[in-house]
Amino acid sequence: MLAELIGRLGEVLEPEAVITDPVRLRTYECDGLTYHRATPGVAVLPENAEQVAGVIRLCNEYGVPFVARGSGTGLSGGALPRTDGVLIVTSKMRAIVEIDLPNRRAVVEPGVTNLAITEAVRDQGYYYAPDPSSQQVCSIGGNVAENSGGAHCLKYGFTVNHVEACEIVTPDGDIVTLDRADPGYDLLGAFIGSEGTLGVTTKVTVRLSRTPEAVTTVLAAFENIEQGGEAVSAIIAAGILPAAIEMMDALAIAAAEAAVACRYPENAGAVLIVELDGPSAEVERQFALLSQICSKAFELRVAEDPAERAAIWRGRKSAFAAVGRISPAYIVQDGVVPRTSLPEVLAGIDSLSREHGIKVANVFHAGDGNLHPLVLFDDTEPGAGERAEIVSGRILDLCIEHGGSITGEHGVGVDKARYMPRMFTDADLDTMQLVRCAFDPRGLSNPGKIFPTPRLCGEVPGVRKGVHPLVESGKAEQF
Amino acid sequence: MDPELIKDCVHCGFCLPSCPTYVLWGEEMDSPRGRIHLMSQHVEGTPITPEMAGHFDACLGCMACVTACPSGVQYDRLIEQTRAEVEREHVREPRERAVRGLVFGLFPYPRRLRALRPTLGLARRLQPLLERAHPSLGAMIALAPVPGRRQRLPGRVRAVGERRAVVGMLTGCVQNEFFPQVNAATARVLAMEGCEVVIPPHQGCCGALSVHSGRDDQARRFAKRTIRTFERAGVDTVVVNAAGCGSSMKEYAELLADSPEWAGRARALRTVDLAEWLAELGPVAERHPLPVTVAYHDACHLAHAQGIRAQPRELLRGVPGLSLRDIPESDLCCGSAGTYNIFEPSAARDLGDRKAERVRSTGAQLLVSANPGCTMQIAAAMRRAGGEIRVAHTAEILDASLRGVSPSFLDAAGGKPRS
Repeated sequence: MLAELIGRLGEVLEPEAVITDPVRLRTYECDGLTYHRATPGVAVLPENAEQVAGVIRLCNEYGVPFVARGSGTGLSGGALPRTDGVLIVTSKMRAIVEIDLPNRRAVVEPGVTNLAITEAVRDQGYYYAPDPSSQQVCSIGGNVAENSGGAHCLKYGFTVNHVEACEIVTPDGDIVTLDRADPGYDLLGAFIGSEGTLGVTTKVTVRLSRTPEAVTTVLAAFENIEQGGEAVSAIIAAGILPAAIEMMDALAIAAAEAAVACRYPENAGAVLIVELDGPSAEVERQFALLSQICSKAFELRVAEDPAERAAIWRGRKSAFAAVGRISPAYIVQDGVVPRTSLPEVLAGIDSLSREHGIKVANVFHAGDGNLHPLVLFDDTEPGAGERAEIVSGRILDLCIEHGGSITGEHGVGVDKARYMPRMFTDADLDTMQLVRCAFDPRGLSNPGKIFPTPRLCGEVPGVRKGVHPLVESGKAEQF
Repeated sequence: MDPELIKDCVHCGFCLPSCPTYVLWGEEMDSPRGRIHLMSQHVEGTPITPEMAGHFDACLGCMACVTACPSGVQYDRLIEQTRAEVEREHVREPRERAVRGLVFGLFPYPRRLRALRPTLGLARRLQPLLERAHPSLGAMIALAPVPGRRQRLPGRVRAVGERRAVVGMLTGCVQNEFFPQVNAATARVLAMEGCEVVIPPHQGCCGALSVHSGRDDQARRFAKRTIRTFERAGVDTVVVNAAGCGSSMKEYAELLADSPEWAGRARALRTVDLAEWLAELGPVAERHPLPVTVAYHDACHLAHAQGIRAQPRELLRGVPGLSLRDIPESDLCCGSAGTYNIFEPSAARDLGDRKAERVRSTGAQLLVSANPGCTMQIAAAMRRAGGEIRVAHTAEILDASLRGVSPSFLDAAGGKPRS
């Protein structure tokens, strides 16, 4: 089937936009999570929505699955290709189509990087708010698929709060626009964060925000992580809503120091990065409060200008990749806990780490309880990978036990599909499948992601027997 | 290729937007991350296919990815090892082999370059023919500037005023033959800042072009000869005014690592870029005003390979009346990259055009850079777009300011035939 489909791709694409050479294809075998690898059956590099639609229509004709990929920076294997499928790479679709400042909007193609949007409007006093750490490389199409967040989503929200409309190619090959302003169901809300299972984004209308009048970035160094955690709770309790509250522990600081020489205070057990923004008067008042709250910090550093601010952030934003400096291999975990449970969960991670002899560096969006434990191991040491995997999984159990979630912003992808049943009942998962089936009845759009096992119509249409439990219990109707 | 160096890459993709070929084409195989993946495929046993070689050849070696990488991947060493491997294992097409033979038999040899000077006029007229014979030949002619008048440099230039240091000076190949005025200016500036300048005659090539093209044996030969030349001259510091040469000379010890004796001799010789040296030395000579708007271009082998970004700007800002403008997207290579614009003329052209547009957007009267390759590349791109920009080396600006003269580069547009 795939071979026949490949033979017909020339009807839709230029020959050089179709990659079949096995050596070249293998470079697409994984995204930012290298643990899972699969060489795509074929990779295509379309330049517009019509070409994407053409490819997807061919996939439908032959019943071949397809996976969309932007910059390949995802951390849950969401863009893991299918060996029996087509990989649709959007990295050539990177035009900024329109900038409409009076209405604070920009229309961009999916391959445009997150930061490129901000760079295009910065001089006019605007920016695009969500800022994942990979913002200079991750694509906006990928952001939509993963509902990406970033350090500043504590105050400003995730991708879903900053996208007004998406032009998508549905899994059966139609080009449609989902608009926030449309009456009826919020289909755009359903689509954002669907990890490529409901279609492929071909154009995104983003909301632009005004650059705040004042920004103050503070780096507070604490002797230990408990003091840092207390400060976080106290800041929120005082009614301050910073743009970001980030925390890093000693191990993460050491990695960042090795990578980018961020010059964080020496001997810190934890650092907090707190960014206040808004009207000058408000920022000043909040800063005064913050200084009082952080009285236990042994050093409080305030960025005086954009260069100093960038220097503070550089350490934090490079943290994931920087861990490569202190460990041959590592797993980036992503979990969420209620802010109040932070100390307990961190203590739990610490004992897990000691129990298994696996180091864990902690980097997190402390303000909204989004943890990014970095589980470090030496992949040449026999059994270390397995132990790291156990620790990594147990951390998610901890998050669930404390009423949290298995992912804050990296998505479920292929990596966490197996954890979904720990968080959701079969009935929950079946309900999600019903939504998926409404968009993708044949299960061709990024199959194998999010859901642990093929269930319901999603993977094998028509095999479902009996009534859905939600329908049975009278909570839902099937149309 | 060293598997340990490959393992440093965690596949985060932070290098992608810094890579000129990824910026142009948006394809994984032509990004640093993709190329490292290809290297690891080769290490695992995949032979170097023509496709694979093509992606390695397409790398400019600009090292912007080294700057961008948070994991500290030594892509510079990886690509050099890879290029050497490609030269060993991959059999190029006869036509390509011939052109490569011509370039590497010509550029690193100042005397051969000199012999070619009188034929440049004729070659320019024959450019369309040469272009048809091979695009690389066409590119070579289109890039060649009208060489400045030859200036014979003395073997030793005495310091003006109190002597603060004794330094050697590398004259280079392309710099020496096509931009002799830059070398003359460099020697004068050094002298006026209190340096006694030792300029050994018959220096030859430092080996940069060879090492950046995987011609390891040739590179080592040139490196040893350069070390010997400066040892004989009795200096322990060599000032270099061409970014590509400076970055290669700073890596002599790694290049010659197989021989502890030579590696030791390489380490004993300190290489400094002109701007780095002058900033370290601190200014003593009086600066005269030079009312001109300057766009400063970061040569990759200065900014990315040597980390020298602040010093040239600091020196230029020290000139009264000079207004300095930054070029947007300054981290992105102009496409010159040693011999890249000869072997990969199409990609180089696209990058050159992109850079020319950014340079033009600054509205500057004068483009200043510290690498002869960049100067030729950007001037050629500006000419293609129907504009002209005057070009100069940092040394020429300082020279004019220190001497208090109206510099010749302000009269004549860059690369335009002078009468």
